Amino acid sequence: MSDEAIAVFQVEARENLELIEQGLLDLLDRPEDRDLVDAVFRGLHTLKGSGSMFGFDALAGFTHHCETAFDRVRKGEVAATTDLVSAVLAARDHMRRLMEDPTGDHGAAGDVLLADLERAVREADGNAPVAAAPVQTAWRIRFDLPSHAFKNGTNPLALLAELRDLGEARVVADVSRVPPLSQIEPTDHYLAWDVTLATDQGRGAIEDVFIFVMDEMNLSIEPLDASNADAVVADQTGPAEVVAEVSSILPQTAAPAQVAAPVQSSAPTAPDAAEAGVAKTAKPSESVRVPADRLDELMDRVGELVIAQSRLSQIANSGVDTALRAVSEEIERLSGELRDTMMVLRMVPVATLFGRFRRLVHDLARETGKVIELSTDGETTEIDKTVIERLADPLVHLIRNAADHGLETAEDRAAAGKPATGRIRLSAHQSGGEVVITIRDDGRGIDRDRVRAKAEAQGLIEPGAALSDHDLLQMIFHPGFSTAAAVTNLSGRGVGMDVVKRTIEALRGSIDIASRPGEGSEVSLRIPLTLAIIDGLLVRVGQGRYVIPLGAVEECLELSLDEDLRSRGRSFISLRNSLVPYLRLREMFETGTPPELHQKVVVVSTGTERIGLVVDQIIGDHQTVIKSMSKLHSGLPTFSGATILGDGGVALILDVGHLVAKGQQQEAQMREAI
Amino acid sequence: MSTQAEITTAPGWTGAEQVEVLTFELNGELFALHAVGVQEIMDLAPETVVPGAGAFAGAVINFRGKVIPLSDLRVAFGLERGAATIDSRIVVIEIELAGEPTLVGLRTDKVHEVTTLARADSEAPPSVGMRWRPEFIQCLVKRGGEFIVVPDLQAIFNQQQDARQPVASATRH
Repeated sequence: MSDEAIAVFQVEARENLELIEQGLLDLLDRPEDRDLVDAVFRGLHTLKGSGSMFGFDALAGFTHHCETAFDRVRKGEVAATTDLVSAVLAARDHMRRLMEDPTGDHGAAGDVLLADLERAVREADGNAPVAAAPVQTAWRIRFDLPSHAFKNGTNPLALLAELRDLGEARVVADVSRVPPLSQIEPTDHYLAWDVTLATDQGRGAIEDVFIFVMDEMNLSIEPLDASNADAVVADQTGPAEVVAEVSSILPQTAAPAQVAAPVQSSAPTAPDAAEAGVAKTAKPSESVRVPADRLDELMDRVGELVIAQSRLSQIANSGVDTALRAVSEEIERLSGELRDTMMVLRMVPVATLFGRFRRLVHDLARETGKVIELSTDGETTEIDKTVIERLADPLVHLIRNAADHGLETAEDRAAAGKPATGRIRLSAHQSGGEVVITIRDDGRGIDRDRVRAKAEAQGLIEPGAALSDHDLLQMIFHPGFSTAAAVTNLSGRGVGMDVVKRTIEALRGSIDIASRPGEGSEVSLRIPLTLAIIDGLLVRVGQGRYVIPLGAVEECLELSLDEDLRSRGRSFISLRNSLVPYLRLREMFETGTPPELHQKVVVVSTGTERIGLVVDQIIGDHQTVIKSMSKLHSGLPTFSGATILGDGGVALILDVGHLVAKGQQQEAQMREAI
Repeated sequence: MSTQAEITTAPGWTGAEQVEVLTFELNGELFALHAVGVQEIMDLAPETVVPGAGAFAGAVINFRGKVIPLSDLRVAFGLERGAATIDSRIVVIEIELAGEPTLVGLRTDKVHEVTTLARADSEAPPSVGMRWRPEFIQCLVKRGGEFIVVPDLQAIFNQQQDARQPVASATRH
């Protein structure tokens, strides 16, 4: 088996496990939902099948046991109790381990999990929903399969055989869709069936026959009684699109069996047989899986194109050839659009991120014994894929914090007159070029006195120092700061709020915290939509050109000769009655060039500090496509990356935070020197 | 560093009695690189100095829309750095840095040819009588009356990275 095939299997298995997890978590809320049970079962079944196909025998074996246990839930023999679902969740985690590390020795752990599962099933056995006494019912089943059914490996004969196993069946094939011989595509499927079945099993058993093909077919199942022998009732319990497809073709045909290729709802007339034969099954939105590095490659190409285009337009604009200029403008427009499209390709909805936290909250609730409810909002908000990945860890930490420190126990909540269920709300929305993600809990809020005591104990603030509420709350972002009296298993493990803050700032985002005693806390993260592009101010220092992120720039002013000379000893300029320290980038970067006559000061801010950067020339705005620096230069924190300019040259992007830190350091050294 | 020892003996030569190389000149000395790692030979491009990066990789260039470091082997070998001439070229190679394949440009005074060197003609760098650091040299290959130096790029780049780490952490705080 090729490594590539195994990698594909693993990607799909990971997604499948994700779906199983989501399904199980939903099942905790809605234990009666048959669709959920079926979805989970289907997931387990697929995992088992593909696992054994790709040689993941341990995974297939383990999953088989879980599938068998879960099958009893599906058949309605046992109820989906919380314990049972939790046991399957734990088993799912084990499947993931088996999938990621098939050679490892996980046998013992697996046996423990299976024993747990078995116990949960046995306990759940007692409160199984009472099965209805078997009654023979007659059903009328009509179904067709998409034309590509054979290519997917569907065997209609096997489906019919399974139906026959349920009871006495009378099968009539509907051949009306079969085209003339000359037009028959031998690998396509043209038939539909009308089955009358007498069975003591319920509708669920019949649906199970079609469980793997249900999404792609038209299926109607109706109890056969005198009154509706001819009318077709849309199957209300089936997937929504089946309902839609069936009902959309209803009015046009009077034939006993409904036959049509699935059509989009806009189709005005029922497709005739020939059309149906060639019609492909059009899915509402098709997607293609593309490895992220190919996207990055494409992005690079687009970047090159944009650069080449700007050189072209320079040449075109310097000449008199109007035809050339017209073409150049056309290419400029196209490449701009191409770049925008490229950006959108990299965007993924935050739902992929939020989805993971439901499991986390479920586990947290079990570990802490608190009742926690997670609600999410704005899952469709989109962020660059790389940003999403780097947000996961900080958010995990913030949610752990909210559950562990923020929310009180049920008793404490009751005593405070709050509902027993603690709520954590995760929401996202876009605001300008940023996405704002907030994590809010309705817990006890941050205890200011404890923060102050701790900050004083650590020497971060003077005892009794007057601090604004905002500044006091900022203390929790200091390294090594934790107000939890006891470090629990959950929070206080390695990553602290300072790491969260640093991660967010590395994404060029910001973090803010608000809290009301007794009412809860809210942490908001402001993250730029993409890491790939920023607005920058292009400046020149000596021979080199640099980009300062425009978001950090407050204003630009001229450094007068007087001021320049006067400030030799103290590098401050006065800006509207406040002293702003500044750095001469020419000196800092050791350009070895004489200063320009009219130097400029770019005043930048990091949110709390302001500092002036003296440059030789301000060139202007620049849409900056960020290229990361190689590992050879990763040790230089003053530069967060580089970008390619219109003339093909490279400009370095300044990391304002580190520059300011460096400026303060120099300032401190100066003070010591005096 | 055991991995480094492996690298010094491994690339190009293992199993093959002959190896294809690209020969080039640095300050009058003849050097050779395994041809498989060479991506492109390009004319000098506008360089962007990276302040604080040190002489070995003191600049970056635009290579096909990517920003890649431009490094100078003369610094590693303590050779004098002459001014660029009409023959100066940049050889772009791919090398592994901290586990990531990275494109790096190497300054050369002149690029000669792609040729084949035989393992039989190679010898390990002598531990005495050489002004260069022996750990930076994979082997010396005799050809005609002269020696071609096959530098151990992995060792050179690893060393540059290691050497720079403490500096980096010092500037950060």
